[in-house]
Amino acid sequence: MILAVESVTHRYGPLVALDDFTMHLNRREIVGLLGPNGSGKSTLLRLLSTMVKAQTGRVEVCGFDAAKHAQAVRSRIGVVFQTATLDKLLTIEENLLACGCFYGLSGRTLQERVKSAMQQLGIYDRRDELGKALSGGLQRRSEIARALLHEPQLLILDEPTTGLDPVAREDFWKAIEGLREKKSTAIVVSTHLFEEAERCDSLILLDKGLRVAEGTPGELKAMIGGQVIELKARDAEAALETLKQQFEVQMRIVEGVIWVEANEAHRLIPRLVDALPGEVLSIGLHEPTLGDVFRKVTGKTAVAVSA
Amino acid sequence: MMLATVALAKRELIKFWREKARVAGFAAAPLLFWFVVSAGFNDFARFYGGSIALALMFSAVFSNMTLIDDRKEGFLAGVMVSPAPRSAIVLGKVGGAAMLAWLQSLVFLFFLPLTGLVPGFFGVLGCLVVLALISLLFTLVGFLCAWKMPSTQAFHGVVNMLLLPMWMLSGSLFRFSEAHPWMQIAMRLNPMTYAISLLNTCLGIEAPFATGLSLAVLLGWTIALFGIAMVWVEKSTHAAA
Repeated sequence: MILAVESVTHRYGPLVALDDFTMHLNRREIVGLLGPNGSGKSTLLRLLSTMVKAQTGRVEVCGFDAAKHAQAVRSRIGVVFQTATLDKLLTIEENLLACGCFYGLSGRTLQERVKSAMQQLGIYDRRDELGKALSGGLQRRSEIARALLHEPQLLILDEPTTGLDPVAREDFWKAIEGLREKKSTAIVVSTHLFEEAERCDSLILLDKGLRVAEGTPGELKAMIGGQVIELKARDAEAALETLKQQFEVQMRIVEGVIWVEANEAHRLIPRLVDALPGEVLSIGLHEPTLGDVFRKVTGKTAVAVSA
Repeated sequence: MMLATVALAKRELIKFWREKARVAGFAAAPLLFWFVVSAGFNDFARFYGGSIALALMFSAVFSNMTLIDDRKEGFLAGVMVSPAPRSAIVLGKVGGAAMLAWLQSLVFLFFLPLTGLVPGFFGVLGCLVVLALISLLFTLVGFLCAWKMPSTQAFHGVVNMLLLPMWMLSGSLFRFSEAHPWMQIAMRLNPMTYAISLLNTCLGIEAPFATGLSLAVLLGWTIALFGIAMVWVEKSTHAAA
């Protein structure tokens, strides 16, 4: 096992950022963390990166306790932050060479690792460009190359695709998946994008410091019974009361919209409209998405950009 | 540890070279000050040591302003999650910045013939050592201020408030022996006084304190500040935020 987080509780004053949190991660696994602002995912990543020590519970990376053996843990993890860490006045290659030294690499090994990481991420031809001149996509790829120099067993990615266009995002994920295949690296990634979360082997949904759901993307979507109908009514509260009296299906209001889970939802739609004469503004159905799961377990429609 | 220290120090030098405006910036103002004041008093020797020290302390302290950028731009976070020892981080940043400040102060030595002072080979060598010591001490002062300051503006404010009084009470403006007894107490508490005294000894100017005492005070302050920097960096979590 690469990562073990056991019963970690972390507080900032009276605020509980993580509440009795447990997770495990094996080689070659990609686990995604999804959660709104204040859900505790940033705190969790800070604990995994050894930036803060767990107040109670234990974080272990490759068998080393992060609180007691931070140095051993640091040499086994690679961290890609949400914000850039490259020096803007140094070239990509100079940045990577300096970073390699922080991990004890030198001489021929350092040169080879830097070259290989740049080739792996497709930035070798751009190695002489200054950090300040790089596009968002190139910067992100350089950040990953930087995090891979010491061949970490665990890669920690905090909202790594923030600010990237869809093409750069796709390139990023291909690089990550390639890394998992070639090096068997275990990866923890926090994201606010549901389509990115779909690419993870498993997901942990966090809310208010608690793990509210977990499983593969498929398992999580199966939490929704059938399909999802979204119904907008003139008076959502009154409409929900009326519907609850006539139909025995899961329904609730999420941010002003009535949300109905049902098998064979297409047959239910005309009956719902009939039950609310003159009240329905719009109605539609879709197959369950991770967004729906998120909505179901947190009651929130969107995952904020940072937490 | 050495690898990380050298990498950080080298990075300071590369960055400095790429921001060439900084190269001219720090030495120019004290040079102008020295020319004008010395010409005014018609004595180019009296303010020579103090002016070098002025240039040095400002460039040493302000070299560390990059630490605030490193923190804001995330570079420091990248270093803090690496296994590089915390002492290497302090040594690398301070070592690089101190070397830059020291190199800038050497510009003054080209003007030594104008002063009429003849320190000789060993005197000049001594000056180089003392200047290196002063730059190390003030780079540490800058490091500590930059570590705690939220912005470059706050850094400017605090540092100016600290540096100018230290310089004025160092014997650069008026001689220790001629100062009011109360002023002499304040001057004795100021590490810069001992730095100027050492510098004057090397330049062949009358100095108020013995070389051994001045060296001990300077080294003591430097070691103490390095210790504080180590403790702060070790305890720090905010830098990686």
